[in-house]
Amino acid sequence: MSIKKETWTEIIHPKRNWLDVNLRELYRYKDLILLFVRRDFVSVYKQTILGPIWLIIQPVFTTLIFFVVFSRIAKIPTDSIDPILFYLTGITLWNYFSDCLNKTSNTFIANASIFGKVYFPRLATPISIVISNLIKLFIQLVLLIAIVIYQTQLNGASFAPNISLFLFPVYVLIMAIMGLGLGIIFSSLTTKYRDLSFLLTFGIQLLMYATPVIYPLSFTSGKLHTIISFNPLSPLIENFRYGCFSEGSFDALGLVYAAAFSIVVLFFGVIIFNRVEKNFMDTV
Amino acid sequence: MNVIKVEQLYKQYQLGQVSTGTLSHDLNRWIHRLFGKEDPYEKVTIENAREKSEDSQYVWALQDINFEVKKGEVLGIIGKNGAGKSTLLKILSKVTSPSKGCIKINGRVASLLEVGTGFHPELTGRENIFLNGAILGMTKSEIESKFDEIVSFSGVEKYIDTPVKRYSSGMYVRLAFAVAAHLEPEILIVDEVLAVGDAEFQKKCLGKMKDVAGQGRTVIFVSHNLVAVKSLCTAGILMHRGKVAFSGSADETVEYYLKSNASELKPSVTFQDPLLAPGNEHVRIQSVGINPELPSITDEIEINFSFWNLTEFSSLNLAFDIIDMNEEIVFGAGNTLESANGICAGRCIIPADLMNDGTYTLTLYLQTPDLRPLYSINEIVHFEIIDRQRNYAYFGKVNGAVRPKLKWILS
Repeated sequence: MSIKKETWTEIIHPKRNWLDVNLRELYRYKDLILLFVRRDFVSVYKQTILGPIWLIIQPVFTTLIFFVVFSRIAKIPTDSIDPILFYLTGITLWNYFSDCLNKTSNTFIANASIFGKVYFPRLATPISIVISNLIKLFIQLVLLIAIVIYQTQLNGASFAPNISLFLFPVYVLIMAIMGLGLGIIFSSLTTKYRDLSFLLTFGIQLLMYATPVIYPLSFTSGKLHTIISFNPLSPLIENFRYGCFSEGSFDALGLVYAAAFSIVVLFFGVIIFNRVEKNFMDTV
Repeated sequence: MNVIKVEQLYKQYQLGQVSTGTLSHDLNRWIHRLFGKEDPYEKVTIENAREKSEDSQYVWALQDINFEVKKGEVLGIIGKNGAGKSTLLKILSKVTSPSKGCIKINGRVASLLEVGTGFHPELTGRENIFLNGAILGMTKSEIESKFDEIVSFSGVEKYIDTPVKRYSSGMYVRLAFAVAAHLEPEILIVDEVLAVGDAEFQKKCLGKMKDVAGQGRTVIFVSHNLVAVKSLCTAGILMHRGKVAFSGSADETVEYYLKSNASELKPSVTFQDPLLAPGNEHVRIQSVGINPELPSITDEIEINFSFWNLTEFSSLNLAFDIIDMNEEIVFGAGNTLESANGICAGRCIIPADLMNDGTYTLTLYLQTPDLRPLYSINEIVHFEIIDRQRNYAYFGKVNGAVRPKLKWILS
């Protein structure tokens, strides 16, 4: 027997503990996360003429369609807020969430060829997606500001920001956490049960209608109002609009609920992701 | 000092369509686990034998693998297709996890199961160097410090700001390999990347591996190329049907592998009874043999002949053709053998450094002294000549029916 005990820097085991998430290792790969962000951003707009301008065109067209369909035809009120600004604020924030969820939800399947050849902390991929969507969001915010100036100066729309608007980064953070959490749960489950990816596309569409994006929460009543209030995304969008237009009231409880919900989702998401990432190559 | 220790490693795979029945299997598994029972699908019964059709949907790709790798060792893993080499490599690279057992590692690992993992066609060479380097585990500052070296090693300086989709495939591979070559892990795991690319590329690739090994770092190398394994590796492991069939020095392992494959060969034949031996009323073959049984290209190869002479001639003429795998005659030779006590015997020596490596058969012709045919037989022996060791950096097959060592006058 040798007296000197052998030391190991790493031990590969069949299964990890539920909570064995190596955050230090993830931090060591921070450069990779940033390079993924860059890759996603650069590669999408290469060989397009308009480039990142597409990021602006999308919400503009959606807003116009919503304006025509929901405001002009369906005549859904937008409280006393200018409809264009109402839709654009909602869409900007909603798009961030839905993009995060959509893009992270196929992490494993879309990256199978890389994951099958080299190891790095798999969480780097969905995290990079959430960050690259942040850049998109930033560009869309610039658009929002431009439209706000246009609408207030030329069309006399009201824009009355209050102090709660400073919480905007918190809303974004909560949405990022929720989008990431749900996304990695879906990506983990779709490695085995592909059906879920169809369900998700459909589900995100439904969720938008269950979130006050195209109507104010005050428009709903009774059971419907209760259901939509339980949607953790509702207080985020409502509070953002309150911050912009000082219309209605600030929902502090809803914000706490949304934050708690997102953290719980991320917690379970990371656990499930962590379980799946070790063996998904055998099933994907 | 050990840097890798593999202990009782098992890996199970599911066969067939993964989606069918997974939900019920998952539920069944979960229920068993809930009551603290063993996984009903993890019983160690089926060998890694894909050719056998078994009822079970699960197969053990690796079974009870144990080995250790010392610091500075270059370990070659050899074995037939499907022996479990790639699975072992994937587990070592953490691409997938074992079903049972564990691997203990001491040091930073980089694995090269493929060159150019994560290359994005739309990005430029420069951007891909950073991306690929980061995927392989380098930090940005590490890549920056080696950037110029990587670019000059790849030889694509001129195109470094062009998207890699415009690269020729050769440029692409060179750039990808240049990044991989500048990794500085303590343990390097290399799959058969040598199988791709031209001789030039293989040379670079293996040269780099030699360098890495020379710096006291540990290398694990999986290959079909026995010459490369023998020339580069210090230790070897032979895998067979998901198990370690042999482990030892690289030379011993390759030798063991060659011998175990040689069962299909027939380097010598001997017949005791002239009545049952091949032949006819004129001649009967007593024995034909190759010595050594498994010669290297650098060995002298002796061929022994002996046959019963049933004619009244006091000598007979013997001729043979050496025929390669493509059914081409490499050469033919012959001589007259004297008969003593009714037996004609003789030996013939093929000089060292003449034959190429490969498997060969021998066709034998027996004739009267004035060359009238008496008897001929095809494939009387079947033998292999092996290329065991080279001290230059190319390990591919050398072209040609023969591979003579020539005399060179250099001016």
